[in-house]
Amino acid sequence: MAKIKGAIVVDIEHCKGCEVCIDACPTQVIEMHEQVNGKGYHYAYMAQPDACTGCTNCAIVCPDGVITVYRKKMAE
Amino acid sequence: MSKDLLNEIIQPENLVYKKTKLMTNNTLSYCPGCGHGTAHRLIMDVVEELDIWKDTIGVAPVGCSVLAYDFMNIDMQQAAHGRAPAVATGIKRCYPDKVVFTYQGDGDLAAIGTAETIHAINRGENIIIVFINNGIYGMTGGQMAPTTLPGMKSSTSPYGRDTEMMGNPLKMTELISALPGAYMVTRQAVHTPAHVRKAKRALKMAFKNQIEKKGGVSFVEIVSNCNSGWKMTPVHSNQWMVENMFPFYPLGDIKIDGEFVNK
Amino acid sequence: MGELKLMKGNEAFGEAAIRLGVDAYFGYPITPQSEVIEYLMAEKPHERTGMVVLQAESEVAAINMVYGAAGAGKKVMTSSSSPGISLKMEGVSYMAGAELPTVLLNVVRGGPGLGTIQPSQADYFQAVKGGGHGDYHLIVLAPASVQEMSDMVKEGFELAFKYRNPVMILSDGVIGQMMEKVELFDHIPRWTDEEIKKNTPWATTGKTTDRERNIITSLDLDSFRQEKHNEKLQAKYNDIRENEVRFEKFNCDDAEYLFIAYGSSARIAQKAMQLCRDKGIKVGLLRPITLFPFPEKEINELAGQVKGILSVEMSAGQMVEDVKLAVCGKTKVEHYGRMGGIIHSPLEVMAALEQKIIGGSSNE
Ligand SMILES: Cc1ncc(C[n+]2csc(CCOP(=O)(O)OP(=O)(O)O)c2C)c(N)n1
Ligand code: SF4
Ligand code: SF4
Ligand code: SF4
Repeated sequence: MAKIKGAIVVDIEHCKGCEVCIDACPTQVIEMHEQVNGKGYHYAYMAQPDACTGCTNCAIVCPDGVITVYRKKMAE
Repeated sequence: MSKDLLNEIIQPENLVYKKTKLMTNNTLSYCPGCGHGTAHRLIMDVVEELDIWKDTIGVAPVGCSVLAYDFMNIDMQQAAHGRAPAVATGIKRCYPDKVVFTYQGDGDLAAIGTAETIHAINRGENIIIVFINNGIYGMTGGQMAPTTLPGMKSSTSPYGRDTEMMGNPLKMTELISALPGAYMVTRQAVHTPAHVRKAKRALKMAFKNQIEKKGGVSFVEIVSNCNSGWKMTPVHSNQWMVENMFPFYPLGDIKIDGEFVNK
Repeated sequence: MGELKLMKGNEAFGEAAIRLGVDAYFGYPITPQSEVIEYLMAEKPHERTGMVVLQAESEVAAINMVYGAAGAGKKVMTSSSSPGISLKMEGVSYMAGAELPTVLLNVVRGGPGLGTIQPSQADYFQAVKGGGHGDYHLIVLAPASVQEMSDMVKEGFELAFKYRNPVMILSDGVIGQMMEKVELFDHIPRWTDEEIKKNTPWATTGKTTDRERNIITSLDLDSFRQEKHNEKLQAKYNDIRENEVRFEKFNCDDAEYLFIAYGSSARIAQKAMQLCRDKGIKVGLLRPITLFPFPEKEINELAGQVKGILSVEMSAGQMVEDVKLAVCGKTKVEHYGRMGGIIHSPLEVMAALEQKIIGGSSNE
C-alpha cells in the first residue's frame, strides 16, 4: 500500500515562535524548539516527523509564511 | 524518521506549499502571530494564481500595515490615514483595466476614513477593499477603535468601552452592504486552516469580480487578532477572538453578486 | 494664432486642462471656483479627449484621488478655494513628500474660517511657506489675467513633471470670475501608456519583469534615510530657486519708487502706477509671476535704486515679509492692502504710497 509522507522546512530565522502552527497541525507534528533563533524566538520544528502528512495546514496559517511543505507517495 | 527518508521527501518535485514569490523576503514588521501577515500572503497568493501581478496596484493604509508595500512585491502606493479608497479611486478611474485594491485597518477604514470608504463604495468603484478588523488601533499602541467591543479594554478605554460615553462599535461591513455600489460583501477570518482556505476563496472571488468588471466594490472584511493590543499570547488571542469577536462580528457572506445572501 | 475666446478665468483654466491632454480632474464645489468643475462637466471631456472628471465627496477625497492618479503617472489636477484648500493640505503634504506632480488651483477668497466668498490674497503664507506639515515647498504661480489662467496650466504641468513636485496656481476671486479675451493653445494629445512609462518610470503602472516594484510613499521610518530624503527635497527647491524665478517689470528703469504686487493686485498697482506717473511720481512695478521661487535677487537689486517699496496685496501683509527679506534693509518697505473681500482701488494704492512711503521717507 502506498503511504503519504510529509515533511516541513521552517525558515528558522524568520520564525517568530507564535505557536499558531502547533494548533493547526492535525497530527501534532510541531513543537517549539528549546533553542532560539537569531532574534531570540523559539522556533517551530518537526518534533514528530513521522506523523507529518504534508497537509499544509501549518504553512497556510503561519502569519510569517516561513513553512515550506513537501509530500511524497511512498512505495511500500 | 531517518535523515535519508527526510531527504527523499524534501525534493523540489514533492513541493506542495511554499510562500508565494509575490511576498518579498523582508521580515514582516508584525508582532508574532498577527493576522496581518496571513492576510497579506492570501492576497498575494490570489494575485499570483490569477496571474495579474503585472496589472495589480495595491494601496497601503496608515496603521500597522503601513509598510505593506515592503512585503507585497507589486507596484504599491501608501495613502494618508483613511484615504486609501480615494487614492484607489484615482488610480482605477485612470486605469479601468488595472486591478486595484486597498488594504486597511479598522481605525483607518471605519474612523478617519469613513467618508472615503462609504463614498467609494457608493460610487460603485470597481475596486477591492480588504478590511482588517482587529477591534483596536494596533500601530499607535492599542487605543480604542470604532470596532472595539462593548466593555473591551484598550489604552483609551482602560476600564472597558462604556457605550454610553464612548458610543457603540461600528459594524461597518453591515453598514456598507446596504449601498448599491457594494457588489460583494463578506466577513472572513484567517486563524485556522479552514478559515484561511475560505478567506482565500473569498479574496479570489473579489479579484475575479474586478477582473470581470462586475459592477461595484468587493469588500472583504477579515476579523483578526491584535495580540499586542489585546495583551494576550497569539494563540490565546485567537481563542478570545472566536469567543468574543465572532459573536458580534459573525463570519460569512453578506452579499454575493450584488444580492444579499439569505441566512 | 490660437483660437480666441471670451471666457471667465475659471473656465479658461478648465478649457486649458482639456486642451493640454490632462488625464483627470477631481474636485469639490466651492465659491468662487465652482465654474471649473461645472465647465468641465458641461464640456464632456471624456468624449473630447478621454479625460476623467469626477466630483468627489470632499476636498480631502479629491486631493487623495489626485495622489492616486499622479502616483500612477497621470496628468491630474484639482481646484478649490481657501477653505477647501485647507482641507487639501494633508494630501498636498503627502504629495510633496512622495514627490508627485500635479497642478492645484486656489481661487482665493477671504478668511479666516468661512470668511467671505469675495476675493482675497490672504492664502499667500499657506501657498508659499508650505501649508501642510513638514519641510516642503510648492512651486507657486500667480496669474494676473484670464490668459494666464490658461497658460499656467501648461507651464504648471511642465514644472510639476520636471521637478516631480506639486504646483499651485494661486489665483483669486477676481481673476477666477473675470471675463477676458483669451488665446487658447491647440489641443495636445493625452500621453499614451508608453509615454507614461517613459516619462514617469517611477509610477505605479503595474510591475513589469524589467524593473523592481514601484512604490509611492512619503514614509521612511529610518531617520537617516528620511533626513537624506529631506536633503534631496531641499536641493530640489534650491534648483527651483536657481532656475525658475519668473516676474514682470514695468517702468523700473527710472523708478524712484516701486510697487510689488501679484495677481489681481498687480493689475490695480499697474493702474496706480500710471496715476502716479501722471502726477510726476516716478513709480515702477514688479509683478512676481512665481511666488515660490520668489524674485529675491531682482527685488534686492531694485531696492538699491529706489527710495521705497510698497507691497500691495489683498491681505494684512504676507508677501511683504518676503519683500523685506529680499530688500534686506536697503530701502523702506511698507504694505498696503484691504481685507475681508474688499478690492483696493488704484487711488487708494497711490494714496498709500504717498502716505506710507513718500510722506514717511524723510523721517528716516
Ligand atoms: C491623520 C493621522 N491621525 C492619526 C495618525 C496616527 N495613527 C497611526 S495608525 C493609527 C490607527 C491605526 O489603527 P488601525 O487602522 O485599526 O490599524 P492597525 O494598526 O490596528 O492594523 C493612528 C490613529 C496618523 N498617522 N495620521
Ligand atoms: S506559525 Fe510560523 S512563525 Fe509562528 S511558530 Fe509556527 S512557523 Fe513560527
Ligand atoms: S504539513 Fe500538516 S501534518 Fe505536516 S506539520 Fe504541517 S500541519 Fe502537521
Ligand atoms: S500591534 Fe496588533 S495589529 Fe499591529 S502588528 Fe502587532 S498584533 Fe498586529
